[in-house]
Amino acid sequence: MTNLSRRHFLQAGGTVLGASVLPFLKALPASAASGDVIVAVMGQTINSLDIHRTGTNRPSYQVAVNVYDRLVSFGTKTTPDGGLSYDYSVIEPEVAESWEITDSEMIFKLKPGGKFQDGSPITAQDVKWSFDRAVTLGGFPAVQMKAGSLESPDQFEAVDDMTFKIKLIRPSKLTLPDLAVPVPMIINSKLALQHATDDDPWATEYLHKTPAGSGAFKVAQWKPGEQLVYDRNDDYTSGPVPAVKRVVLREVPSPATRRALLERGDVNLSFNMPNKDAKELSGMDGVTIQTTPIENSIYCLNPNLAFEPFQDKRVRQAIAWSVPYKELFDTAAYGRGKPMWGGPSTTPADISWPQPFPYSTDLDKAKDLLKEAGYGGGFEVPLSISLGQIDWMEPVALLVQENLAKVGITATIDKVPGANWRTASLVEKRLPLHLETFGGWLNYPCYYFFWAYLEGHLFNSSNYRNEEIEALTAETLHMEIDNPDYAPKIKRMIEIVWDEVPRIALWQPALNVGMHEVKDFEYWFHRQLDIRSLKGA
Amino acid sequence: MPGRLKSTGLRIAQALPVVAGVVIVSFLLTRALPGDPAVFFAGAAADETSIAQIREAMGLDRPLPVQFLAYVGDLFRGDLGQSVMTGQSVASDLARRLPASLELTLLALMISSGLAVPLGVMAARNPGSWKDHLCRVVVTAGVSLPTFFTGILLIYVFYYLLWVAPAPLGRLDFIYLEPDAVTGLYLIDSVFAGDWETWLGALKQLVLPAMTLALFTMAPIARMTRAAMLQALSSDYVRTARAAGLTDRKVMFTYALRNALLPVVTTLGMVFSFTLGANVLVEKVFAWPGIGSYAVEALVASDYAAVQGFVLCMALLFVALNLLIDISYSLIDPRIGFEAR
Repeated sequence: MTNLSRRHFLQAGGTVLGASVLPFLKALPASAASGDVIVAVMGQTINSLDIHRTGTNRPSYQVAVNVYDRLVSFGTKTTPDGGLSYDYSVIEPEVAESWEITDSEMIFKLKPGGKFQDGSPITAQDVKWSFDRAVTLGGFPAVQMKAGSLESPDQFEAVDDMTFKIKLIRPSKLTLPDLAVPVPMIINSKLALQHATDDDPWATEYLHKTPAGSGAFKVAQWKPGEQLVYDRNDDYTSGPVPAVKRVVLREVPSPATRRALLERGDVNLSFNMPNKDAKELSGMDGVTIQTTPIENSIYCLNPNLAFEPFQDKRVRQAIAWSVPYKELFDTAAYGRGKPMWGGPSTTPADISWPQPFPYSTDLDKAKDLLKEAGYGGGFEVPLSISLGQIDWMEPVALLVQENLAKVGITATIDKVPGANWRTASLVEKRLPLHLETFGGWLNYPCYYFFWAYLEGHLFNSSNYRNEEIEALTAETLHMEIDNPDYAPKIKRMIEIVWDEVPRIALWQPALNVGMHEVKDFEYWFHRQLDIRSLKGA
Repeated sequence: MPGRLKSTGLRIAQALPVVAGVVIVSFLLTRALPGDPAVFFAGAAADETSIAQIREAMGLDRPLPVQFLAYVGDLFRGDLGQSVMTGQSVASDLARRLPASLELTLLALMISSGLAVPLGVMAARNPGSWKDHLCRVVVTAGVSLPTFFTGILLIYVFYYLLWVAPAPLGRLDFIYLEPDAVTGLYLIDSVFAGDWETWLGALKQLVLPAMTLALFTMAPIARMTRAAMLQALSSDYVRTARAAGLTDRKVMFTYALRNALLPVVTTLGMVFSFTLGANVLVEKVFAWPGIGSYAVEALVASDYAAVQGFVLCMALLFVALNLLIDISYSLIDPRIGFEAR
């Protein structure tokens, strides 16, 4: 893919794209290219074109989205501020045409005429091979598949060319939406198997650099660390053919440079802008900023129950009452996102998640609680932050430290290198007071609780355990949400964790995208750039 | 000439223990880094089994000596290993990124010495005058401004305000195709390909980052030139030359400058080597796919193979550079017998 010769590349451009004038065909100013060609910039780097491979980083997930299809996808809705977002409540066909679900199995009928990018038909055998690969290669893909109760290749069966069957371990509301996340993408198994070897039966080396999908875009060029060029798949069969012909995605590490490029109009889209730039550029002529709160995600301050004073819930509550929420939101988040404090009642009115916790800044209350718990004289605690997320963690830590001092708690700021952060905070769970950012892909409160409040689970970095939460989460995780028992149980769970606060909600973060002469960016839960919906403006 | 060849060979042989030492130390140091690469690369949601699978795949479950032997074995086969961070082989990463850094650094040093040597000569001819002070102010200002600041300032003025510089988008605007790789240096490769449009495009992208680096590296070169020239100008042979009635031009350039060049070349070599690895900030600001930012990202991710590959590559480069400087000594000053060592 990266070794295309110059002539080959021009030819490919010519045949794939027809007579239209595109970049690579000699000098053409970027601004004149809008409409057909979109230039996007991002700060991170794509390190693989195969989401199943070990070590594939998050920014690379977008290749799975843009170049591959899944059996099903989510619908699209308009957000309150006029932008587009995926719609969690609607499951739409992608490669599958229709499906039937019983308590023991799911049967998918594939769309007739579905084709991979090389022109070969999409068959149920391809789906079976791809799903086997996702659960077998291990790492993150296997974990994500497991969240949808998809654990073993025995569960997947190609009944005939156009019929694919999943045998269910248990009926679960999570299985169908889990088929719409980037991981269970459908790979052209005939093509991949030609490049498989005895050592590498899943063709990881080949698919790492050469995608073999049926998606709306093809990868025209990939220069790791520099750029990725997508060309439209004109024969796309799983949905509407995209409006833009080519998307050039450049990696620009410096946020200041990305901002200058967008302001000057040399790029059409800046993905995942810092909150500061998003705030300052909103309202500027010619630039549209779309800020979407990230679903099922909260930035939290976590008191760890392994640290003795925090075993008393009154101490945790005291911390929650002493956080300067408004200042944090204004200084560290630049007001982008949603406040998660000052909830009106200690019992939730509905099951929406996240919703504001019933705490606000009240230092007197905090002092009283500390006195009641026997810590009126205060104590010392390290407040840990990650050097990898210093942009928002540092201002938060400084402001929290200042307020904790006012209630007698001496917090010393402990900066942990990015490479150690995950081990220290999530695996060993040894940081007494720290910041945490979990967000769940599957948008259910019970899914959030499963990862963040159950003992021993990865994102429960507070070592919290509550018997009622353990039981209720297990009961609700696979339950349909229209079950009459669901809402009362979820409300009870929220009420408990509000009272016991092993995680103190600070705010709900947001994803900022800046656009110039482009419209219809669609927000997705995976928080990566989906280019399928983009249009020139 | 055979003598020179022989002593070059000897010099390379002498470098072998250094390289071996670098291999051992870089291996041990990367292992001493805090953080567990298997956990890092397993991703946020991985569980114990998937981390163990990755640790096994990366060979990190084996004892250190076994890992080291495997590493050395691979090195002898010319295999620097696989970078987990970029997903490419380290050799191909370095082959792509080193020319980018080399091109930038070489151009920057050309600009820098083109400005700094005349400045230094000028200052040395008129010590204590306004020219001397001008030189001092210019180079001090250049070195005291951090490169990321100079870089952003130059982008702001020449790209954002004046619209004369191209978008700071790396080595080549996306509207150009990169020339077929011969040396990896776009300015040279595009000449080979006879593609002057791309040559101009690559040059335009280079100007701002190269100026940024040049401003930063002027100081040591100018100061060294000034000091060496002052010494040469006050020496006996220059006094004799002047007394013999040689023209000022002849005295300046043939006698004084040539003698003053030795320490300047040494400084240039040192400046070159530290600039090559240390221009991370310039690379970040200009989205330059260079070797410095590669090394830093590899360190942050505990990407062993990439860090080791980078250190080894830099060590080899240093050895080559020192050899080159030694050879250039004997060209500048025939009295320095290269063979004698």
